[in-house]
Formats: sequence, structure tokens, C-alpha cells
Amino acid sequence: MSAAKPPPLPAILIANDLLSGDVVFYGDGGWTRHPAEALLAEDVAAAGRLTAAGAEAMRLNRVVDAYLVDVELSAGGVPVPRHFRERFRLLGPTIRPDLGKQAEFPGLAAQSGRTR
Amino acid sequence: MTLLDRHGFRPDSFRRIPAAEMAGHPAVILPGAELTAGLLVRGLGQWIGIDIANTIPAEEVAQLANQVDLIAIAFPGFADGRGFTLGRRLRRAGFRGILRAVGPLIPDQFAYALACGFDEVELPDAVAARQGEAAWLADLAIYRQSYQRDYARGENILDARRLARGGGAA
Amino acid sequence: MYRYDEFDTAFVRDRVAQFSTQVERRLSGALTEDEFKPLRLQNGVYLQLHAYMLRIAIPYGTLSARQLRQLALIGERFDRGYGHFTTRQNLQFNWIQLKDVPEILSLLADVEMHAIQTSGNCIRNVTADQFAGVAADEIEDPRPVAELIRQWSTAHPEFSFLPRKFKIAVTGADDDRAAVAVHDIGLRIVRHPETGETGETGFAVLVGGGLGRTPMVGKWVRDFLPKPHLLAYLEALMRVYNAEGRRDNKYKARVKILVHEIGIEAFRDRVEAEFVQLDPARIQADAEEVARIARYFAPPAYADLADNPSALRRARAANGEFDRWVAQNGFPHKVPGYQAVTLSLKGIGEAPGDITSAGMRLVADLAVRHSQGEIRVTHAQNLVLPDVRQDELFDLWQALAAGGPATANAGLITDIIACPGLDYCALATARSIPIAQALSTRFAAPERQQEIGPLAIKISGCINACGHHHVGHIGILGLEKRGEESYQITLGGDAGNDSAIGEILGPGLGASEVPDAIERLVETYLDQRQPGETFVNTVRRIGVQPFKTAFARELHHDAA
Repeated sequence: MSAAKPPPLPAILIANDLLSGDVVFYGDGGWTRHPAEALLAEDVAAAGRLTAAGAEAMRLNRVVDAYLVDVELSAGGVPVPRHFRERFRLLGPTIRPDLGKQAEFPGLAAQSGRTR
Repeated sequence: MTLLDRHGFRPDSFRRIPAAEMAGHPAVILPGAELTAGLLVRGLGQWIGIDIANTIPAEEVAQLANQVDLIAIAFPGFADGRGFTLGRRLRRAGFRGILRAVGPLIPDQFAYALACGFDEVELPDAVAARQGEAAWLADLAIYRQSYQRDYARGENILDARRLARGGGAA
Repeated sequence: MYRYDEFDTAFVRDRVAQFSTQVERRLSGALTEDEFKPLRLQNGVYLQLHAYMLRIAIPYGTLSARQLRQLALIGERFDRGYGHFTTRQNLQFNWIQLKDVPEILSLLADVEMHAIQTSGNCIRNVTADQFAGVAADEIEDPRPVAELIRQWSTAHPEFSFLPRKFKIAVTGADDDRAAVAVHDIGLRIVRHPETGETGETGFAVLVGGGLGRTPMVGKWVRDFLPKPHLLAYLEALMRVYNAEGRRDNKYKARVKILVHEIGIEAFRDRVEAEFVQLDPARIQADAEEVARIARYFAPPAYADLADNPSALRRARAANGEFDRWVAQNGFPHKVPGYQAVTLSLKGIGEAPGDITSAGMRLVADLAVRHSQGEIRVTHAQNLVLPDVRQDELFDLWQALAAGGPATANAGLITDIIACPGLDYCALATARSIPIAQALSTRFAAPERQQEIGPLAIKISGCINACGHHHVGHIGILGLEKRGEESYQITLGGDAGNDSAIGEILGPGLGASEVPDAIERLVETYLDQRQPGETFVNTVRRIGVQPFKTAFARELHHDAA
């Protein structure tokens, strides 16, 4: 196997909570549901630490499907995924602004800049 | 490896060994390709089993049905259900010996395996360590009845309904 | 409709208990995620983009008012107050927590429902004609057979770890509304070819249809299968597939690929070789059991009525909107004085197939009042009240019009099928629902819809084709192209008796370009059609080329 490609940076670690299914992010104090609290990995070493934290949380059956998502920081200071799929995942269904994190965390959609 | 049957974990009385070294062992499992060689040197009362892949056509396997005492069917992964069909076809072909599933099955397939004609499951130790004997035996007790007739798994609903109507079992 | 007996009840209760232990073992780590995944899928639990999703089986699309009310309750208590009806006649909740699933399954069991085999590599829940039992063009009600298959296929010891999912559909009508030709197995109830009208009925069997990345129309594998042979024949076919279906590539693992690779003749021979070794009488339920199941589907007591009563005629003459609703959403009933009627879950600008818990309760109440307490779910993501007295249609419509699903668009251009797409689905490559909403809004005017006539737009958010885009008269497939959502348009597909796979018109479009492109296709049809000719018939007559030209003109115009 060839060496893994270095992750695009900066990146955050995203996963689903095993028991609830909620989208969670790895933050300073462990897993958080708020994207603004996600730890930002700006270099390869930090990304490696996030990946290791994800693997450990999966091993402990805390989360599933943890992976790095490359982001840019919005003017509002929220990490915004570069890929549209992950942007939808972070905010909630585009057709239901009343649901998901965009509804749960007022201001998130605005802070995230472009959302649709 | 850990061996399991409907009563729980138990020691394996068979040994996996090449045909050239089988003399003196009471019960052996040979690689599939060495069956002919093994049958030639089979000792009096010696039990012979073979390992087979789950891709072997049933017609070929059927020829083995009365030549060996044990057939061990490989399950490369638990999601690969070919072994269930192969087991079923072997039983239909008249195989009366021990039918063994070999591979990382999960407890939730144990009742299915027995229903398809298997007697025992040979598990990687890592799987048996995570999923202990109790989990496997619990699977056998989950369903009181199943919908399919003639799968060897306790009562079936078709016959139970017939009995409830006052008729005999088919 | 079918009612559980003590054995069915015991079975679903056992199943709920089993899933509870599976969740516990997953949480303890006894089951890894890889091991747990097929188990949760076989109980309808997916992990989607924002949460777990639970897909609940509505066998062959038949639902009682009591069951629908229970779904409303589950939606409120465990979800966000709404559910989504799917193209396989099921209901999905989008915001489920894994820890709640055992309790939800238990609530379902209370009303004789479950989520068994709504996903996973097993025999999926069986689908059927939504007008089963009431359609005027029906040879026989397909539901007793669908129920027989449901039971036989439930937790089948041999066929629960197949190469891939396996879908069976049944129809008993001349007009195939169950899209049997695009299922792994399609069963058509037919009369014996030699004895004709007076003869016994049996099944014509199609195999190897399907959509996904390799769309194929099913091929005939048996012209006439006697009814008592059905389950043995299915067992033989499943056995051949389980043993020989490809497992090296999940995109080549469906039975259609096996049939394609070895040829239908070789496939048929293998099934027949297996079948002759079986004893159909032992595999099939006995005649008394078949009769027991069939009794549950006996027609209700209908009143002795005349067709088109004066009350209906007067109400239609007095109210244009009601008149349009009856004309568009009504479906001929086999009993005079009755009507089946489609409740459209395609209100203008709404998400196709979505309905709130309040909406579910309203429909349940109206089903009790006007339709013998029964509701059907269609593969077009609508609901049907199958047994409405024609002289009660106006009352029903008025009750619906007060905030319920009353849109008069069944089968029209705004009756769009769309999968959840990237707003919910973890597999999707692009969004589907916003495209449906934009098109619905664009073509909202009722007069325009009437003028255009029957036109099925079907939208999938990825190549797996849950939105059946291949068989849409106009199909739309959402993909990702260079980091953006891109939509590929196909033309000329059909899901009915003349099953056909649509042809791609040209390069993909951005989301905002789609409505104009569809508009151009519709204009081409309106220009070219002969009197009374439907969209798809015009496409068949003049071919795809004129539409391709219009489509390309559109692109060129945009690029300029």
C-alpha cells in the first residue's frame, strides 16, 4: 500500500455519536455537537492527533465513522467545510432551515457564510 | 480457533493435518485437495473430514457426501452467505456427517447456521473472545418459531397453524 | 387487510427483543460496527447525514388508520413531527436516535408493524399495486400472495446474507402499477395461457430487472408458474442467486448482473434444475393456510350504489376545483358507486412524500370516515384512500382542502418522485428535493399542468436510483461534478407495461438551469404532439432527437 495522502488542511474531525447518531466534532474538551467548538488542525501533526482521537473513540464505541473534513474559517470564525456535502452535514437539511444544527445553534448559518 | 455447537463451546476432537501425517490421529481434517490421498491411507475407524471453499459446486460436493465424516465449509466473512446454501444442498444430497462452518460468524447467525444443516461453528479466537458462549446460545432461544418449514430449527409457524386448526403436521 | 395471529405477534415481539440485545452488544463492543451494521440495516436502521434513519415496512403498501396514527405518534415522540413515504411504499423517519429504536419497534409491534428487512442484503419487503383489491382492471388481488411471500422471506435462515439486496414486486392487474419489470423478481398474476378466462391463475415471472448504476428491464423466466409452486420456485431462484451471484464487487452483485452474465437461458436452466429437486408442497403453505391469508383481503361490505350519483355530479358542476380533483386523483373502482382516490403528497413547493404527524392523523380520520379505515401507500410517494363512496367524495375533499393533502396533480408534471437526496442521505451525491420543489413551483399553475397532461418526473440524488430516474418520462440524476452539484437529464423512460430506460440528453446542468431545461422539453412536446398524445408517447413517436436539439439550444443559450 502506498503512503496515505496528507490530509488537506486545515481540517476538523467529524463523526456520528454512536448512541444518538448526532453529528459531533472533536473539540478541546472532547466531542462536541457545536461546529464552532471543533478543534482546527492546521498542520499534519495536529491532523494526526485528531485522526488518532477518532480511532480511539471508535475503538471505545463512542462514535462511528470519524474522519477529517477540510475546512476554511468563515469570517464568523466557524469552520466551513470546503465540500458541499459536509456543509449540509454540519448545518442540517437545506430544505428545512428549522431543523438540524442551523436551527439549534442560532447564528450558525449566518456565521458559516455561504450556506446554500 | 474456538469450536461451538448447540450446547456451547467445546474442545475440537479433530485435528487439521496433511494426509501424509494423518496416521495415528483418531480424527483429522484434511485440505480439500488431499481427500483422495487421505482416503487411501485411512486407518481403521479413523474419522476424516475435509476443508472446502464455499464456491465449490454442490454437485461436486455431493459426491463426497458418503466418503467423509466431517465437511468444514469456509465462511470468508460473516456477510458471505454462500455457505448457508452449500450446507443446505449437502444435507439434501444425503450428507449425514458433521457439518462445520469455519470463519468469523456472529452469534446472530448461529440459529440460521443450524437451520441450514450445520452442527458446529469454528471461530477465530478473537471473535469468541468478544462474543462469548452466552451470546451464541442466546441466539438459539430468541425465536419461538420460524416461518420456514423444513429448516431444522425447532417448530415452524406453518405446521403450528395447521396443528391449531386441528390438522397434523405436514 | 391482514391481521397478525398469535404466531406473527410472537415473532415480531421476539424480533424486538433480539434487536435490543444487538444494540446492547454493540454498545458494549461485543459487536463491532461492521458486524452490527447489517443487523441494524435488516431492522431498517441507517446512519444518515444528520442522524439515524428508521425505515418502517408497510407491506405491499397497505396501512390501517390505527397504524397510521401510531406512525404519527412515533413521529412526534421520537422524530421531528413528520415522516417521509418512499418509492418502496415504506415510511422513513429522519431524526431517530439509536437508543430509542427498540422502543419504537415495540410501538410498531403494538399495531402489527415492523421494520424487518427494509434494508440490508436480504429479501426486502414486498411491494404491490397500490390499487390492489379495488382496481377495475384487476385479474386478482396480489396482496394475499405478497403476504405469503412476506412471511416466507422473513428471517429466512438461508437468504439473510445474500450478495446484495433483493426486491420482489407483485401485480394482479393488466396495467402494471407496481413496476414489476424493474425488480429483482417481478410477479404478474396471469390466467393460464391455454385455458384462458375460465382457467386457473398463476404467475408470469420476470427476473433481473433493476435500476441503480446498471439499469435493466427484467426478463421472462417462467410464463406460467402454478400458484402452489410459488415458494418452491422462489427458493430455487434465491438459492441459485445466493450461490452464484457475484460478491467481488457490490455494484455487480445484484441478480440482474448474474442473469446478464450467464444469459437468461442458462439462468432459467439452473433455477429449473434446482426446482425439480424440491418438494413444492412442503415449502408452500398448505391450501388452508393460503385460504386463511386470502380471507383477510376479502372485499369489505359494499353498499348497492349506482355510478356517478347526482350528488357528485352537482358538486362537480358547482365547484371547479373539486371537479379537477376528482378527474385527476380519482381512480376507477371495481364496484359501482365507489372510487379510489389519490391523496397527493406533492403539494406545490413541498418535499415529495413528506407528511406531518398532524397530516397523518387527518388522513387516518378520513380513512375511518370514508374508506373502511384503510389507506394505501403508492410507489409514487402518495397515499390512496381505496374505498370511497362517490357520494362522499365532496365531503372528503372539503375535509382535505382544510389543510390536508388535496392537491389535484396525481400523475401530472408536479407529481414528482424524489429520493431524500443530499439533504438527508449519506449516499447521495447531490440534492433531489430542492430540484423537485423548484420544478413544482415552476409548473404550479393547474391549467398548465392539465394542458401538459400525464408526465412523470423522477429525481434521484445518486446513481443508486432510489428516485427511479431511469424510468421517469423525464429523469433527473444528481451527481457531483468538479465540486458542484450537477444534474443529468434523461428522457423516455417508463415504469409501466412498456418499461423502458430513459436516454441521456446531454451534459449535466447546474441546479438553477434545470427548470429552464425541463421547460424546453415540455415546449418541444407541446409543439410536436398530436391530438390526445401524451408526453411519453410523443417521445416514442418522434424519438429523442428533437428533444436533444432543444436541450442543446438551451445549453448554448446559457453559455452565450
